[in-house]
Amino acid sequence: MSETVIRVENLGKKYLIRHQQRERYTALRDVLANKFKSFGKRLISLQPHSSNLQPSREEFWALKDVSFEVKQGDHVGIIGRNGAGKTTLLKLLSRITEPIAGRIVIKGRVASLLEVGTGFHPELTGRENIFLNGAILGMSKAEIHRKFDEIVDFAETSRFLDTPVKRYSSGMYVRLAFAVAAHLEPEILLVDEVLAVGDVAFQKKCLGKMEKIGKEGRTVLFVSHNMGAIQSLCKRCLLIQKGNLVQDDSTQAVVEAYLDDSKASSVLSRCQQENGNPTIVSGTLEQKRGEVIFKLSIVSHEAKNVSIDLRLGDKLGNPVGFGSLGALDPAHMIRLSPGATIVSFSMATSNLASGVYLVSLDVTFPDVEFYDRLDRCFSFELIRAPSKGARRVVSQNWGYGAVEIPLTLIHTDQMNWI
Amino acid sequence: MDDSNQKELIIEAGRTEGQYWRDLYRYRELFYFLSWRDILVRYKQTVIGIAWAVIRPFLTMVVFTIVFGKLAKLPSGGAPYPILVFSAVLPWQFFANALSETSNSLIGNANLISKIYFPRLIIPASSVITSFVEFLISGIILVALIIWYQFVPGWRVVTLPFFVAIAFAASIGCGLWLAALNVKYRDFRYIIPFIVQFGLFISPVGFSSSIVPAKWRLLYSLNPMVGVIDGFRWAIIGGGTSIYWPGFFLSLLLVVILFITGIWYFRKTEKTFADVI
Repeated sequence: MSETVIRVENLGKKYLIRHQQRERYTALRDVLANKFKSFGKRLISLQPHSSNLQPSREEFWALKDVSFEVKQGDHVGIIGRNGAGKTTLLKLLSRITEPIAGRIVIKGRVASLLEVGTGFHPELTGRENIFLNGAILGMSKAEIHRKFDEIVDFAETSRFLDTPVKRYSSGMYVRLAFAVAAHLEPEILLVDEVLAVGDVAFQKKCLGKMEKIGKEGRTVLFVSHNMGAIQSLCKRCLLIQKGNLVQDDSTQAVVEAYLDDSKASSVLSRCQQENGNPTIVSGTLEQKRGEVIFKLSIVSHEAKNVSIDLRLGDKLGNPVGFGSLGALDPAHMIRLSPGATIVSFSMATSNLASGVYLVSLDVTFPDVEFYDRLDRCFSFELIRAPSKGARRVVSQNWGYGAVEIPLTLIHTDQMNWI
Repeated sequence: MDDSNQKELIIEAGRTEGQYWRDLYRYRELFYFLSWRDILVRYKQTVIGIAWAVIRPFLTMVVFTIVFGKLAKLPSGGAPYPILVFSAVLPWQFFANALSETSNSLIGNANLISKIYFPRLIIPASSVITSFVEFLISGIILVALIIWYQFVPGWRVVTLPFFVAIAFAASIGCGLWLAALNVKYRDFRYIIPFIVQFGLFISPVGFSSSIVPAKWRLLYSLNPMVGVIDGFRWAIIGGGTSIYWPGFFLSLLLVVILFITGIWYFRKTEKTFADVI
């Protein structure tokens, strides 16, 4: 029924990354110095083409050979781990950067929302910023005038319209910024993870607005880590991994594949401790649905009973919880024999909020001695699909902690007003 | 904002879209909004606000009149010395402000460049427009001086817009070069204050360029602002001042070259701005 509005063919984008972390930008002196150096070298060695390859640079394909099509009115979700190339794809589609290879054909007016509040100026008032931001996003002055009241209503900041936004609370700032963006009316809307802002009530409002935009027949490309949002907004989904498009299918199928793939385990390996105490010399972490599997190799000189303690922290390292094999119940202590012992155990994650976690492991004799302490030796990013019937998953980003507490309804009682 | 609805847009490596100039037109309101923002922001939280745009050139004029006119007793060619000085301070301040504003404009708007698409040319151009507004405001002083000294400019004053246009082109030309270079090589951040500082003394701001020995005048005109300033004086003061035409055309030629190459270099590099900024 509908025509193709976005056609992407063999798209590629390459960056040169520098391994030596210097300043972010090139300084003229370096360029000149290098020119002189290579000129000098050429004079001395008389080699006509001394290679100009700098070993400190490496090519990095942020996107490679990506092809897909989007029809008018489609809502397509784009998922992948951090750094997979999702944002690069949006940047290419919105013409912020240029591709190295391939081509994109787009029909219709494109607006991209890579960040809310781009171009907001802290010194300007809310009113002034609405106009400025609107113009930057591509709205005409007349259009902004027409939607002004609507925007202010949506943002719930009408009392502070003539206050410089530098005096706004961060919540107000974000609400205003999103309100402007939400009133764009492009034919094609590219949205990066922008819903992870504001409080939960506002997030809900934004999601509602997005759904409404979708129903108006506009084409939406939506990048998110919020599987719930993706599932409620998009029928189709692209999975991007390390710059490659690996799956293009119904949202359900892609989300499942993505979650299964999240096992990308982190690996640990160390030398034995000099004091001869039992040591965790190697280990792996593997993410499965609903649990994380640890496999540790512990080397000991003598037979010993130890307890293995796990301290879980959120992405900032704030403690989330403690689990132990042996510290609470000596019956569960692990028996190490001289040499290496492989211990594997699982940790349930079904009550954890989505987000990044840091794991610390200790080998102890409870209340007596620490044999080995590994602080933040593993990290993993937990990504969960919403449980049955649910639309969203608790996320660390909400700022309500990292544990989802199950609530069970006992009963409700209606007391009608007469 | 509606004409390109059904146009196909093709994005490819190394393709300079023919769309560019149409986009520039489509985003024309952004010129206005960015300049408007810059002017608003510049005088926020200042007590006397936009009066600063008048006070700074006025004080420069006073100092130059005292130093060059009263102390060094340089010739003014018949006109009151303050008018001689101010008809040069005006274009010079415009050029100097525009140059420093434009060259930092891209870096100052780095967040815009890396997050949103629009023709990048708008950013430096609106910086020049901002400086131009200040130029118009400080023009009030010139009018006041003319009334105060009861000095009647001749017919040549109608050619003034032409010289303003040259000043504009010179500012944009140099500004685009420096803005684009500054994105990649931050060294230019340190070079520009020097250019502005030296430029004030090697341009005929405090004195008439007629005191430069004749054999050096062509060389002197390699400074594009010499042509602009001489033109301003020729148009405003008229009468006694004569313009050194070979020098003027040399300056003009340089301005045209700067303007064209400035746009060329900017267009060539702007596609990579988002990656390197």
